[in-house]
Amino acid sequence: MRNKFLYGLSALSALLLTWNIYKIFLVMPDELNQGAIWRIFYFHVPAAMLAMTGFGIGMGFSLAYLFTSNLRYDGIAEGVVEVSLVFAAVNLVTGSIWARIIWGVWWAWDARLTSMLVCWLIFAGYLMLRRAIEEPTQRARLSAVVSIFGAVDVVIVWKSIEWFRTIHPGPVLSVRQGGGMAPGMEALMYWNLLALLALAIVLVMVRMRQAGVSREIDSLRRLAHSY
Amino acid sequence: MLLDPLFLFLRQSFTIAAKDLRSELRTKEALNASLAFSLVILVLFSFAFDPSTDQFHDFSGGFLWLVFTFAGTLVLNRSFARELQNDCLDALVASPVPASALFIGKALANLFLLMVIEFVSLLAFAFFYDVNWTRQAWSLLLVIALGTWALTVIGTVFSALTVNLRLRELMLPTLVYPLLIPALMAAILLTTDLLGGTPIGGENLIWMKVLVAFDVIFTAVALAMMDTVLVG
Repeated sequence: MRNKFLYGLSALSALLLTWNIYKIFLVMPDELNQGAIWRIFYFHVPAAMLAMTGFGIGMGFSLAYLFTSNLRYDGIAEGVVEVSLVFAAVNLVTGSIWARIIWGVWWAWDARLTSMLVCWLIFAGYLMLRRAIEEPTQRARLSAVVSIFGAVDVVIVWKSIEWFRTIHPGPVLSVRQGGGMAPGMEALMYWNLLALLALAIVLVMVRMRQAGVSREIDSLRRLAHSY
Repeated sequence: MLLDPLFLFLRQSFTIAAKDLRSELRTKEALNASLAFSLVILVLFSFAFDPSTDQFHDFSGGFLWLVFTFAGTLVLNRSFARELQNDCLDALVASPVPASALFIGKALANLFLLMVIEFVSLLAFAFFYDVNWTRQAWSLLLVIALGTWALTVIGTVFSALTVNLRLRELMLPTLVYPLLIPALMAAILLTTDLLGGTPIGGENLIWMKVLVAFDVIFTAVALAMMDTVLVG
């Protein structure tokens, strides 16, 4: 059952991504001011959404672990944070490529860029800490604490954007005030968000399975040593 | 009495803080290393930038806080590592003192040590780089105290968290510095303003709020989490 779901979701993600890439590159016209490079937004923005949501969900599962001491939740938290970190990296790299073309520099110390980089660093630290601890329950407990500190900090970091002068283009989606995208362009963004979300879920599920197997190996090893 | 548990908590915290300060002041391990380190960084700055230009004063807050955080990590690293010898940490955890009182006690001791180091660094900074820090002295001390409390709260929790790791000395700064960024940003901006003679109020008031909010939020999170970190 779980396998079928996983394969189905992978197929859905692959189909959607192919279709979206076809539309993004061959159907959509160039943007008036930015030319061809604006297409990068179709990956840049969904990646940011998924990364930030993922860090929040990671905190949720870390809390769930602390309340229940069930290592399964720790495995989910790890998988979610790992995948979110990849999407945060995608967001930073695509943003950087866009900035090189439009702003003329690879990096600008704008508040939103800085915030995303800080989030990336915080959760990279989370994964580094996980590698540094051998004992599974200690690892789960301490990394849950780091995840909670990190997620609380992300909110404060992100809030400071409001008080910083920013050169980042304003919000482009219509759900926020002052949206600046044509409806046809925006719909494709949500389709791509869906495709990437499906991909993210597949990746998290694969990581969860690996975490489960490694827990099993670990307990078998302990059993073998106890004889 | 209704307030008895509070008094007990405070007394336990102060006992821990007094113990930490006493053992630090007798050996002066972290204090000496940290003071020497901050002086070295202060000298290094003179090569990184031309200290005679006016532009230097625009960076003064940033320089000071870099010294404070780098030197502070040395003290914070020792905070819980000191308890590893003779299994003192196990004894502390087994004692009737709750983890939150242990945390507050350790944090107060660290705050005191860091403030001493920072004050000496500030004097050295003013001496070497011709900075007049007395124009807004009380506000400056307040900002330094609030910023240091942010550093102390996060640092003390993570000092406890990393105490049993092999790579303790490396993990602590890697985890602590990114988390501290909002507080450091606020403290740096305010310190630069105050060293330039601009009082707190108007435009920079928002950073004071950020600093206070950071302190309050993370003190609460730390108090809630300390039991999990130490005991499980």
